[in-house]
Amino acid sequence: MSMKFEGRDILSIKDFSVKEIMHILKTAKKMVPAAKGERRDESLRGKVLATIFFEPSTRTRLSFESAMSRLGGRAIGMADPEASSLKKGETLADTIKMAESYADVTVLRHHHMGAARLAANFSAKPIINGGDGAGQHPTQTMLDLFTIWTEKGKIEGQKVALVGDLKYGRTAHSLSYALSLFGAKLYFVAPPTLQMPKEVVDDAKVGKVRPKLTGDLNDVIGKVDVLYVTRIQKERFPDPQEYQRVAGLYKVDVGLLEEAKKDLIVMHPLPRVNEIHPSVDGTHHARYFEQAFNGVPVRMALLALILGAVE
Amino acid sequence: MRELRVTPIKNGTVIDHIPAGMALKVLKILGITEESSDSTVSVAMRVTSKKSTLKDIVKVEDRELLEKEVDKIALVAPNATINIIQNFNVKQKHKVELPEVAKGILKCGNPNCITNLREPVETEFVVVSKSPVRLRCVYCERDLENIVDAIT
Ligand SMILES: Nc1ncnc2c1ncn2[C@@H]1O[C@H](COP(=O)(O)OP(=O)(O)OP(=O)(O)O)[C@@H](O)[C@H]1O
Ligand SMILES: [Mg+2]
Ligand SMILES: [Zn+2]
Repeated sequence: MSMKFEGRDILSIKDFSVKEIMHILKTAKKMVPAAKGERRDESLRGKVLATIFFEPSTRTRLSFESAMSRLGGRAIGMADPEASSLKKGETLADTIKMAESYADVTVLRHHHMGAARLAANFSAKPIINGGDGAGQHPTQTMLDLFTIWTEKGKIEGQKVALVGDLKYGRTAHSLSYALSLFGAKLYFVAPPTLQMPKEVVDDAKVGKVRPKLTGDLNDVIGKVDVLYVTRIQKERFPDPQEYQRVAGLYKVDVGLLEEAKKDLIVMHPLPRVNEIHPSVDGTHHARYFEQAFNGVPVRMALLALILGAVE
Repeated sequence: MRELRVTPIKNGTVIDHIPAGMALKVLKILGITEESSDSTVSVAMRVTSKKSTLKDIVKVEDRELLEKEVDKIALVAPNATINIIQNFNVKQKHKVELPEVAKGILKCGNPNCITNLREPVETEFVVVSKSPVRLRCVYCERDLENIVDAIT
């Protein structure tokens, strides 16, 4: 099967094969110097990206704008689409048709699941899902995979623990699906009330290895190659004391890392609250800031591929 | 032997082999429960079938079914047969079949799904398993929990 990226939408990680994802990651690797500003790249000169964010976002939006600029293109955005179109009763379909006429590609973030796929129905130009509520955030998954791949050399066979709010965290859902597709070994570490939903556990069985579920970080800390920490949200707990207790159980600090493999890397989609102690930042385990940077080359690769600037 | 519990009809459609108790859902699908409906309909419920299990039968006079109606019936009665009656005889008979995708016939049960907003789009579900029937929303990627209630 030949791979074709030009004109393609990026809606869900499930739309991509291992081979296609690897092609994206390899393209991203070539983008790193330009992403750092060490090399000039003008391959998207004259192209326009529309960013339509119905939900606030810092990293995703900034890194898309940076990615577009680093390739010589421009990003345009609505200051507050919530105020400007929704309040006037405009449908998403109409907003997207408008964006289509102003730009060559659109990134959409929306609080409703499936919004990006709906948008793609109404746009002949590519749509990138920048997060659709509790649904998908495929470019986050790709930058997470990119981070593991560049740090570890390969994804297959890596032992990866996903920690924190696995029930509601969309990042953890898409990532666990993708990692199992690549043949990574998964550990789901969460309190029983925040464990992975059954569908996601079932999905994670697409790979050869079944994921292991545990409530105790100490069970896995000595075994894993990657510790992927996510935020436990206070809002999930009716009782603030219960939140304090649970959040405390999943805190990553220097003491915990003493038990870890030497080459363990710690990742986090950010923003963090207090699940990773700042003293971890200075250790050779920390990779979350590199991970955040990786959003730029990965999004550059996606933009260049779907706009036909690279094959 | 013919099982004619109700008066024979001259022209119309007989929906046979409906699971016992599901006839009312079929009537709802056909819009017969609406006041505006003018079809003459007879229903037999909990009839003993040849396999000596119980089944329901729905007979609609002077009307053939729309494709969407047949797709919906397949969801509540996966083994039903549709018999076209012409001049008192069974002219055509076919089993309903689950479509590969169910388009525009179900409401997504996920309140956070974009299809539940006022957008100009038909819902779309992929059949991920035929027995038991499992349907996944193409938009939010969630499985439908209660298929019968989701039929529009
Ligand atoms: N003229 C008619 N008026 C009303 N119902 C009819 C008429 N002719 C047939 N039927 C009904 O239509 C259904 C199909 O009739 P058919 O003669 O094919 O029975 P069958 O051989 O038992 O079919 P099957 O194998 O599908 O059960 C039966 O439920 C039968 O009672
Ligand atoms: Mg019979
Ligand atoms: Zn849905």
